[in-house]
Amino acid sequence: MEIKDIQEEIIEEFAFFDDWMQRYEHMIAIGKSMPIIEEKNKTEDYLIKGCQSKVWVYPEIKDGKVVFTADSDAIITKGIVAILLRVFSNQTPDDILQADTKFIDEIGLKEHLSPTRANGLVSMIKQLKMYALAYKSQQN
Amino acid sequence: MKTGIKHTSFDVEKIREDFPILNRKVNGYPLVYLDNAATSQKPRVVIDAIVDYYSNYNANIHRGVHSLSQEATDAYEKARVKIQKHFNIKNAHEVIFTSGTTHSINLVASGFKEFLKPGDELLVSAMEHHSNIVPWQMLCEQTGAILKVIPMNLNGELEMLEFVGLLSNKTKLVFVNHISNALGTINPIEEIIEKAHKVGAVVLIDGAQACAHLKPDLQALNVDFYVTSAHKMCGPTGVGMLFGKEEWLTKLPPYQGGGEMIKEVTFEKTSYAGLPHKFEAGTPNISGGIAFGVAIDYLNAIGFEKIAIYENQLLEYATKKMLEIEDLKIYGTAKNKTSVISFNIGEIHPYDIGTIVDKLGIALRTGHHCAQPIMDFYKIPGTVRASFAFYNTFHEIDTLINALQKAKRMLT
Ligand SMILES: Cc1ncc(COP(=O)(O)O)c(C=O)c1O
Repeated sequence: MEIKDIQEEIIEEFAFFDDWMQRYEHMIAIGKSMPIIEEKNKTEDYLIKGCQSKVWVYPEIKDGKVVFTADSDAIITKGIVAILLRVFSNQTPDDILQADTKFIDEIGLKEHLSPTRANGLVSMIKQLKMYALAYKSQQN
Repeated sequence: MKTGIKHTSFDVEKIREDFPILNRKVNGYPLVYLDNAATSQKPRVVIDAIVDYYSNYNANIHRGVHSLSQEATDAYEKARVKIQKHFNIKNAHEVIFTSGTTHSINLVASGFKEFLKPGDELLVSAMEHHSNIVPWQMLCEQTGAILKVIPMNLNGELEMLEFVGLLSNKTKLVFVNHISNALGTINPIEEIIEKAHKVGAVVLIDGAQACAHLKPDLQALNVDFYVTSAHKMCGPTGVGMLFGKEEWLTKLPPYQGGGEMIKEVTFEKTSYAGLPHKFEAGTPNISGGIAFGVAIDYLNAIGFEKIAIYENQLLEYATKKMLEIEDLKIYGTAKNKTSVISFNIGEIHPYDIGTIVDKLGIALRTGHHCAQPIMDFYKIPGTVRASFAFYNTFHEIDTLINALQKAKRMLT
């Protein structure tokens, strides 16, 4: 699926809930089904700075697409990363670089978008895009 | 009342009316502010004092001959005297206005550079805020002095026998917080000061957490340096105090050069002003200093004894209620502690709990509380911390308990 379609799908999913608790519960559930990073890759190198909880993201390139696995020691953070991976994983570097993240706002998680927020959603997005950029420049 | 705890004459509802911010809602819920150890909220009299200064007599101090400057200088110097009286300090010139605890500690640490030599020893407690660790580490790097740590037990109490064992004629400085921000422990500073003095060591007490809860008598303590921040005691941010005994403040070199701190300047040589101005270079936080004085008046009008009794009731009630939550573990169970509860619930990450209760309007602190060595000691990444002030209520604690239970259900 294209990034746009996945984002639409997530927006529809979240529209189903009418309060924040259900949205958070759903996010936590998504976190539980995330493709988890292999234990051996949980190193300093793949730790994302700027989060109060620990977040590891590991990138690989497969058939021209970037595939991410990740984990976090906090469940809410894990849910947030999982949502990001649903959108960004298995996409080409170009698509990842061009994607916007307005959907986060639309699914009622706007508070996590603040650049000063301790969970570092902004740092996560930046890191995913950095990996995409690195692969893109390798390909060229 | 269903808590079974007797109230004093303390009228918390009336006190709450003094704090405008306590009326606001957060995420649709009435604010429950339980992050008082990070900074306290401000009563209207303190806010008004700042507005009044800028509206009616804003001028630079100690400089002009004009009336406004005189009024501002008088108000600022009156605040200094209020601080002096409050802490029972011998001389007003032993009160140095700083930007806060961190600034005060750095000022002292930097001044001791010329009094230390390689091999001298400095003692720090195992439960310090980074502000009371890093400046001294920098000092050790610059001088070759050695930093040694006074250990604590699992309850979060200092091992006083080990402390005594660490003291020797090599010990030059001892710095300990009066109350730990992460654990709430009230340290036996009288004993620490007395024992350190016996070997000729100088003692600095970090009172950042203490001054909102109790009223230290600095002459009785016979402490060499005592530092604190106004913002934790209902005053504004960006202003604080360094108390130093006159003999030490006279010996220490100035920290920053500039206006206000000089007696005479030529390009060949500058002679410094006397105390306290020697350490107060540049235009200070004038409104902040004045409002600091007002905050002290405000707290004294309520009364520190009443504050302590009420906060202890809050602490007891909250501790009891929290321990009813299965798997909740409290870090910091010293016999002598203030209204701070650091905890974790099972394996749940502190950040998750903080996020969920925030959605319910409750402000808690999560993380390492600028005291990573403590977290390492307990081998945890961090804790959730609820810290209570005299304007918090038993009802708010009930709200917190409900929220924690909800968070626990969601997160396990
Ligand atoms: C024990 C202790 N020391 C020092 C500080 C630093 O105070 P400030 O940030 O006001 O300089 C704090 C503040 O959290 C504290 O709790």
